[in-house]
Amino acid sequence: MSDTYYSPDDLPKFGQIAEGAPKLAQKFFDYYGHVFAPGALSAREKALIALAVAHAVQCPYCIDSYSKGALEKGADLEQMTEAVHVAAAIRAGASLVHGVQMLEHHKKLAM
Amino acid sequence: MALIQVTEPLAHLAGVDLTSAESGPKGTRTLAARRLPLASPAAQLAHLAQAAPALDFDARARGRLTPAELEIFQINLGKLCNMTCRHCHVDAGPDRREIMDRATVDACLAALDRTQAHTVDLTGGAPELNPHFEALVDACVARGKHVIDRCNLTILTVPRFQHLPGWFAERGVEVVASLPHYRARNTDRQRGEGTFERSIRAMKALNAAGYGQGHPDRVLTLMANPAGAFLAANQCEVEAEWKAGLMQHHGVTFDRLFCLNNMPIARYLEWLLESGNLGAYMTRLANAFNPATVAGLMCRNTLSVGWDGQLYDCDFNQMLELPLAGERPHVADFDPAAWRARPIVTDRHCFGCTAGHGSSCGGATA
Repeated sequence: MSDTYYSPDDLPKFGQIAEGAPKLAQKFFDYYGHVFAPGALSAREKALIALAVAHAVQCPYCIDSYSKGALEKGADLEQMTEAVHVAAAIRAGASLVHGVQMLEHHKKLAM
Repeated sequence: MALIQVTEPLAHLAGVDLTSAESGPKGTRTLAARRLPLASPAAQLAHLAQAAPALDFDARARGRLTPAELEIFQINLGKLCNMTCRHCHVDAGPDRREIMDRATVDACLAALDRTQAHTVDLTGGAPELNPHFEALVDACVARGKHVIDRCNLTILTVPRFQHLPGWFAERGVEVVASLPHYRARNTDRQRGEGTFERSIRAMKALNAAGYGQGHPDRVLTLMANPAGAFLAANQCEVEAEWKAGLMQHHGVTFDRLFCLNNMPIARYLEWLLESGNLGAYMTRLANAFNPATVAGLMCRNTLSVGWDGQLYDCDFNQMLELPLAGERPHVADFDPAAWRARPIVTDRHCFGCTAGHGSSCGGATA
């Protein structure tokens, strides 16, 4: 076992999660595979969404996977950086829009 | 490594300074010019063996890699180039003097006449810089062959070669042109500052000559290599994006897209070593081994002729000096029956052609 919570060596071991619940793992990985197949969205668009979400949930495994994945689906650094900014903007906006609740409280409480 | 020889004067290039930025962008200098040990194919193979000792291509391909009918006669006209891209597997550049001479060109044509190959695929270096290039194209067209020019695009912006788009169109030559990405950034980082802008100019000239508009005798194919240590995109998935991107931003069109993996050879190998990516890249290629790619690999239906007439299973084996099986095979002695019965020569680099969607001179193979 590594002496840090996060290790790059853990990512290739993801499949081992099947050990305790093989059927659930199979369903998850089947589902996952279908989600990322080209459909109404291209594989590149899906990889960029995954990269943005990876930053929003701050998952280093996903950032590793989808930095590579976005490149291999034909995205470039500018597209990848814009995707990360979308995540950052939504996170900032999500905080800021709650300020409306603050305003309501202020309106009620302050003279 | 072959000794550098000046086989014929480059009189046809008098007044063209191939070393200048005007003649072509330079991403780096050749390994040969820098006199690096890595310029030697033996050193390159040793690095691959060291980085991935357990990889065994023949064991993975398990007898599926057998010769098919000879369809493509590929001739490497030499290592001379107006560019020095950072991913070049040939280590081509303006300082290289390995150039096919007329006697070897004639031996190629004589060998071609002993085969049923329908396509002659011309590569380099920049094949257009060979003094016999136009004569060879004409001789192949006269024989009814489909001719492919593997073109770096920027050569078409050099005044001496600006007639080529129209000249190709008159002969129905297919242009297979290198462009790593439909956006400028990756292209210039891999191939040198200004490459993208000049490539667009060359594509406009090709479009003006009738290329890239769906005409079967004016086919413009783009060939994309990843600009880094990752696998090529699925060409079917990204072709539409490329077409839209190049049309919308640059007003140019092309017919089809090939996406190829980079081979861990020569200058791309140098970059993998310098960036600390070699081990992980070899693992990536091996993990992405796709048995469905094997049937379509170019080594099965292609003969590869080197600038000096030596024969190989592919251009990558050529650059690693892994010759066709047999005793010093030369194009002058080419025997189609023996070729059809030969074992195909492989090594660790072959995982580059079988990773993901597959990768050959004709694009993806699965």
